[in-house]
This record gives sequence, structure tokens and C-alpha cells, in this order.
Amino acid sequence: MTVTRPSPMAQVSPAPGAHKRNHLLREHLLPLLVSSFFIIPIVFVFYWMISMSFQTQVEISANPPTFWSAHPTTEWYSQLMRRMPFLHYAWNSLVVGVSATGIGLAIGLPAAYAIARWRLGGLGTLFLLTRITPAISFLIPWYIIAKRLDLGDSLLIITLLHITITLPLIIWIMIGFFEALPGDLEQAATVDGCTPWQSFLLVAVPLVKPGIVAAAILAFIQSWNNFLFAAVLGGPGSQTLPVTVYGMLSFEQANWGPLAAAATLVCLPVIIGTIFFQRQLVEGLTAGALKG
Amino acid sequence: MLPALLLTVVVIAFPLGYTLYQSFTNWVITSPNPPKFIGLTNYLELLRDQRALQSLLRTVLITIFSVSFQMVLGVAMAMVMNRHFFGRGLFRTLALFPVVATPVAISLIFVTMMNPQTGVLNHLLSGVGVGPLQWIYSEKSVLPSLILVDTWQWTPFVMLIALAGLATLPNEPYEAAKIDGATPWQTFWAITLPMLMPSLFVALLFRAIDTLKLFDTIYAMTQGGPGTASETINLYLYTLSFNYFRMGYASSMVIALLVLVLGITLLLIRARRFAEERA
Repeated sequence: MTVTRPSPMAQVSPAPGAHKRNHLLREHLLPLLVSSFFIIPIVFVFYWMISMSFQTQVEISANPPTFWSAHPTTEWYSQLMRRMPFLHYAWNSLVVGVSATGIGLAIGLPAAYAIARWRLGGLGTLFLLTRITPAISFLIPWYIIAKRLDLGDSLLIITLLHITITLPLIIWIMIGFFEALPGDLEQAATVDGCTPWQSFLLVAVPLVKPGIVAAAILAFIQSWNNFLFAAVLGGPGSQTLPVTVYGMLSFEQANWGPLAAAATLVCLPVIIGTIFFQRQLVEGLTAGALKG
Repeated sequence: MLPALLLTVVVIAFPLGYTLYQSFTNWVITSPNPPKFIGLTNYLELLRDQRALQSLLRTVLITIFSVSFQMVLGVAMAMVMNRHFFGRGLFRTLALFPVVATPVAISLIFVTMMNPQTGVLNHLLSGVGVGPLQWIYSEKSVLPSLILVDTWQWTPFVMLIALAGLATLPNEPYEAAKIDGATPWQTFWAITLPMLMPSLFVALLFRAIDTLKLFDTIYAMTQGGPGTASETINLYLYTLSFNYFRMGYASSMVIALLVLVLGITLLLIRARRFAEERA
């Protein structure tokens, strides 16, 4: 009655154990290491910016450079708030970004809908053209208008210029979303007596909400990050944050503390937004890429 | 719908039309004389303008190198980030940060990192026995330094598009390749890359166009310097328009640039269609 039982310990376990370890190595550890090669340089620059913003002047100008502050300080942040209307500039950036995005949506959504429904493909080339056009050529005519109408140093003219960024972007993204809608729905709406505007507002817009969110986020980020327009047309009252950050380096050559603090503050909202709206952001960034 | 459409065309087309008109005038905004129509004089001056030619060459150089690095690194990054490894979600989020971060802020942080005396980059390089480099402070290394910053910021964008493309690829060819005993390397070259081409083409087009227009990064980091060693077309345009106030001449440069870039873009799109039809 000697049944040769295969001992589970002796025979089965070592093989899957080694296999499992190999699997772990190949499927997890290796990709993790390889992708770290890309991710570490990305994270390092942000780490450096944030870490520098909390270092003392001695640590910032030390050689070799300081990687980790021994005496972290919030001095640069409070200096920013004390020495300039930093929050006012942040408010300017927010107002311009929100208005340019809002107006961009109000005009861009119906325009994109019309292009998608009536197959106005030729207008696609026009949008390619706006993407190619150097921003300065949008700036020159508006610069002249601003000078003529004495609109310098006003949020109005900066917002108008930012619409030249947000509007084409919104239309570009939304055409794809409207085209993907089945035409029957709107036909049904028309049969039921809806006007084109009604079927646009009541049928199409609710269906492309994810696209609208993606387009709005991306448009806002583009406006928030824009430097050139406000640098040329902004003034002390209408300065936006990227211009403020740029100003840090020019007036205090070696004083990197306030620069790092301002850079951190301008990046912070978009970084936080990215964490919360990652899916929509990726959708917006890759829209158009897959539809050609 | 129609008013919205018209408004859009106006917002986009009006500045272009205005620029085209200005390009035929000798307008200098600070001059007391009203602008005069001077025909093609600006365009003839442009052909002889050595500074314009050199800045165009620099623009092309930066674009070719930046975009090449971004494409190669971006595809490599997408290939590894497409694996389902532990920590991938976090890494994908982190990879998005450069794409959304304010270019002026990032550029200025790079300026502090590239400081030849106290910058962290030279410190790290000295650890492996390289340097010290002069980075943006020498005519020789300023363009590579700018290419480095642009590549840092936009490689993840190429990755995103490549990842989106990878997600749409069908499974069957890979199963067939497995049965045939193809190595991963062979599979990549024979299956993945060809099927990914349409997405990569769009990434290439977007990146090329945006790099040709690159302004914020260069202006914040070098303002075209040292000397004019990093002056690209856009930097020169800025100087012409807002330092010399030669709006007429600058406009002619915008138009010439547009025709050039649009021509190349349409040629690329045509070439792609041709390749697709032949395939």
C-alpha cells in the first residue's frame, strides 16, 4: 500500500515559485526600471523647482548645490505676496483663462457642429493654418488696435487675444466628437419639429459633454500658460502669472528663491488639475491624432 | 450656427488678411509718416536678409533635432508604459506634468539648473567626469541646451499619442507572430511600428509645427543670445516687431514663413496619402 504521493512541497512548489519570481521580474520590475529612466528626469525638474523654493539663500547659492534643505523656509512665498500684488496677477490669469475658454466654447461649439454636420472640410485647412501661424502675426493687428483704441493694460484685449488660442483648439477637438455622433438622432429631432439650434443644444451638446470637458481643460491650460500676449500687451494692472514669473529673473539676477516660488505657484493649479482630470486631458491631447 | 461660423472665420482670417496687407507697406509704427504701399519691396529685402536666413536655419536645426529625439524617445517610452506593470498609473500621471507645465516657468528653472558655476546639471555631470559645460552661455552649446529643454517638455506628448495608437491595435498579428516564433524586437519592427505609423505621423506633424513656432522657451532662456546664437525666426520676428517696430517688414516675414510651412505640411500630408494608397 505504498502510494507514491507526489510531495507538494518537493515537486510542485519550487517550479511555480521560480516561475512567479521570474514573472514578477519580467512583467513588473523590468518595465518599472526602464520607465524610471524616463520618469526620473521628469520628476527631478519639478522636485528641483519645489525644493529650491523652500531653501534659504545660502543653500540656493551653495556649491555643490543643495538637494535637500536643512532649514526649509517659506520666506520666498511670503516675499512674493508682500512685494507685489501676486494674488491680483493670479486673479488676472484666472479671469483671462476662464473668459477665453468660455467665449471660445460659446463660439466654437456651434461652429464645430456646423463644420461636422455640413461637412465643411475646407475649413479644416483654415485650422491647420492657425496652428501653423506664428502667434506674433495674431499679435500685430491686435497690438495696433489696442494702441489706437487706447486699450493697453486691460484684461479685455488680452482675453481677446487668448481667444485666438482657445477657439481653434476647441473647434479642432470638437469636430471629431460631433462627427462621431450618429446622424439619426438629430434627424429624429428635426422630424419632431426641432430647429437646428434646438437639436444642437438639446440633442448634440449633451451627448458630447466628455469632449467639451476635454476641450475646455486643454483650452484653459493653453491660456493659463501663454506668455507672449500678456508680455507685449499687459501692463501693471493686467499682468498675468507667466509674465510675473519671467519678471523674477530679470530684476534679481542671482536671486532664485522668489523665481522658484513663483514658478511653483504658476505650475501648481495645472498640475493639480491634471491629477483630477487626467482622463479628459489625455482625451483632449490625443483628439485628432487618431481620426487623422 | 452661421454667425458662430462667421465669427470664427473673422477671428482667424482677419489677422491673417491684415498681415498680408501690411506686408506690402513700409509701415514703422513709431514713424510719424503714414504707411505707404511699396509692393514687393519687403519680400525682396527678405531674400537678401542674412539675419533672417540664419535664424531660419537655426529654426530648422532645432526642429529637426528636437522632433527626432522626441519621436524616438516618445515611442520607446510608450512601448514600456504600455506594459501592465506595478506603478504604471502613477508613472503615466507624472509623465503628463511636463506637457501641462507653464513653459516660461520650466524654462527659467532650467536656466538655474544650467548655471555653469552653481547649477545642478554640471554638478551631476562632474559626478561622471564630464564638464563643466557652458550650456546656454556659450554659442556652441546654446542650441543643444534648448533642444534638451524642448525634448524634456514634449517627449511625453509623443508618448501619449503613441499610447493612444497602441491601444487601438488589433491582437491577431501578435498572436500570429508568437506562433511564428518572432522575437519582441522583430515584432516591434514588423508589426507594431508599421501599424502605429498613422498616429506617429500626426504626432510628428504637431510637434514639427509647434517646434517651428517655439517662442516662450527660447525667449525666457536666452532671448536669442548669446549674441544672436539662438535667434530663431520667431525671436527675430519679435525683435523686428516690438523692438524696431518694423511691422510691414515683419509681416512679410510672417507671410513667407506661413507659405513655407504650409507648403511643407501639405507636401507631408500628400506624401502620406500617396504612401497609404500604394500600401
